[in-house]
Amino acid sequence: MLKDNDRIFTNLYGHSERFLSGARLRGDWEGTGNLIKKGKESIINEIKESGLRGRGGAGFSTGLKWSFMPKDVGERPHYLVINADEGEPGTCKDREIMRHEPHKLLEGCLLAGFAMGAHVAYIYVRGEFYREIEVLQHAINEAYDADLIGDNACNSGWKFDVYVHRGSGAYICGEETALIESLEGKKGQPRLKPPFPANAGLYGCPTTVNNVESIAVVPEILRRGASWFSGLGRPNNTGTKLFNISGHVEQPCTVEEEMSIPLRELIEKHAGGVRGGWNNLLAVIPGGASVPVLPRKLCDNVLMDFDSLAEVKSGLGTAAVMVMDKSTDIVAAIARLSAFYKHESCGQCTPCREGTGWMYRMMERMVTGDAKIEEIDLLEEVTKQVEGHTICALGDAAAWPIQGLIRHFRPEMEDRISQFKSTKVA
Amino acid sequence: MNKVIDGEMGLDSFSFSSQNKDLAEVEIAKYPEGRKASAVMPLLELAQRQNGGWLSRAAMDYVAETLDMPFIKVYEVATFYTMYNLKKVGKFHVQVCTNLPCWLRGSDQVVDACKNQLNISFGETSEDAMFTLTEVECLGACVNAPMMQVNDDYYEDLNEVSTKSILSELASGNSPKPGSQIDRKSCEPIGGLTSLIQQSKEAIESK
Repeated sequence: MLKDNDRIFTNLYGHSERFLSGARLRGDWEGTGNLIKKGKESIINEIKESGLRGRGGAGFSTGLKWSFMPKDVGERPHYLVINADEGEPGTCKDREIMRHEPHKLLEGCLLAGFAMGAHVAYIYVRGEFYREIEVLQHAINEAYDADLIGDNACNSGWKFDVYVHRGSGAYICGEETALIESLEGKKGQPRLKPPFPANAGLYGCPTTVNNVESIAVVPEILRRGASWFSGLGRPNNTGTKLFNISGHVEQPCTVEEEMSIPLRELIEKHAGGVRGGWNNLLAVIPGGASVPVLPRKLCDNVLMDFDSLAEVKSGLGTAAVMVMDKSTDIVAAIARLSAFYKHESCGQCTPCREGTGWMYRMMERMVTGDAKIEEIDLLEEVTKQVEGHTICALGDAAAWPIQGLIRHFRPEMEDRISQFKSTKVA
Repeated sequence: MNKVIDGEMGLDSFSFSSQNKDLAEVEIAKYPEGRKASAVMPLLELAQRQNGGWLSRAAMDYVAETLDMPFIKVYEVATFYTMYNLKKVGKFHVQVCTNLPCWLRGSDQVVDACKNQLNISFGETSEDAMFTLTEVECLGACVNAPMMQVNDDYYEDLNEVSTKSILSELASGNSPKPGSQIDRKSCEPIGGLTSLIQQSKEAIESK
């Protein structure tokens, strides 16, 4: 188990003072000016070497992403945008950072912003997090008053402003280009890439969009050094990670753990185990609604990291672990997710707009069994016609849970169809 | 997202209160010169709050004029995002999450409790205009499921009893305590801490 002195978010549960006086006691804003003095290249290299991969779901190297920004600032200003539009079902980690550790995020913004030549950061927070935004805004005001950000941030000579932009309820705005559109005052519909945001993002200017957790861990990595972070977890899956454990466990919770912790250990050590014991486990969705479900036999030994979960054809995603015991109607559970994607499709690409409706309606029939056996193949075929045929990954995200269901629970679906038929005949 | 702008209602005029005019200036100042449209979401929110929880056509038109935007661009935004209410809502907007993590922990019971207590279904407003009940997608409090949002506050770790009690308190003009409704601080494990035990102990003692 991760040692407490290796934990980054030591006020995760909010037992201590969340604002500046408490944050300083936890080590936030300590020597930030000196970290900036090390220079842009040095900061980017340190983050690259730490092995930090984006915590928003895609898992792309954070340092590498920063290095895609133009080296020098030309006529167009550079922007840092923080994706705090947390809405992936199962995921509630960024919320805890914003309401209990807001200064870690702000200090991370300054360091990341400096490293990529940005003088402005926008933090795009989902609108429902009204109370979290109040906390964050108060922390921003404190940081300005203490000259930690502003015209001469941390006495570094770097001007840095941070603004909160409140979203208004649209899952799709968690997609980085949709978020940028939304920030420009438009409907949140994703943009075609290329051009990538690092070349033409917000207002057509070089922009990097990073997840809250990715940025909030940056100050600690720079203070303790890349090798500390990369020494945790496994190669290519380094560091610590916030895990959200929800569903049929005895003690649902959020916890910071070492990357690559076995799924079973995570659930049993921190969440009090599966309701009714490990043998009562039916399945786990290990990384938020978008990643395929895993049946119990694959949960026994899988590690909670990018590579281990990819090996079993699922993904770490946002590390939102949704646990389902044997009382769960697994078809209805996945159908609920299909309803979600239908609701959240932005309507721009035909395969997604029409496909999410198709998939949802077929899934509704699969729940009752009012279908033909061949329609399971047809449903899978529809998921493949959506997957990879849309501008953004929402289409893929709608397809994968159903593919996971068919891969692992096909007999359950077939039984239901046979049962429905026999009751109808009777 | 099926939303229709109600052409009948809200033809009356709208303009920001002097306080909201100032707040609007603060929002507009967050964005660079010539990028006023970026403030459309915060301004619509201000307008909605001032207008009693919903956006009339006049309110949207006013925001468009304030930001030099074509009306249609503002309507596009107002109809795209779920948090803009295009018809009147009750004094308390009760939004119950029924997505998977909440469903696994009993959101059906929370929904039933709301429907029985308020005597309305999803999408309806009570006759006394006190409550509107809405089914919503994941609100990002999944380890505290099931949960609902009432206006700006989250109520978490609900069951039938606590849901009904919250609604009764609201109806009688009280302010029920937001957050977890069981003996638990934020997202910590229900049965007691499994990490940061010493830190939390010291923090609690120092208080």
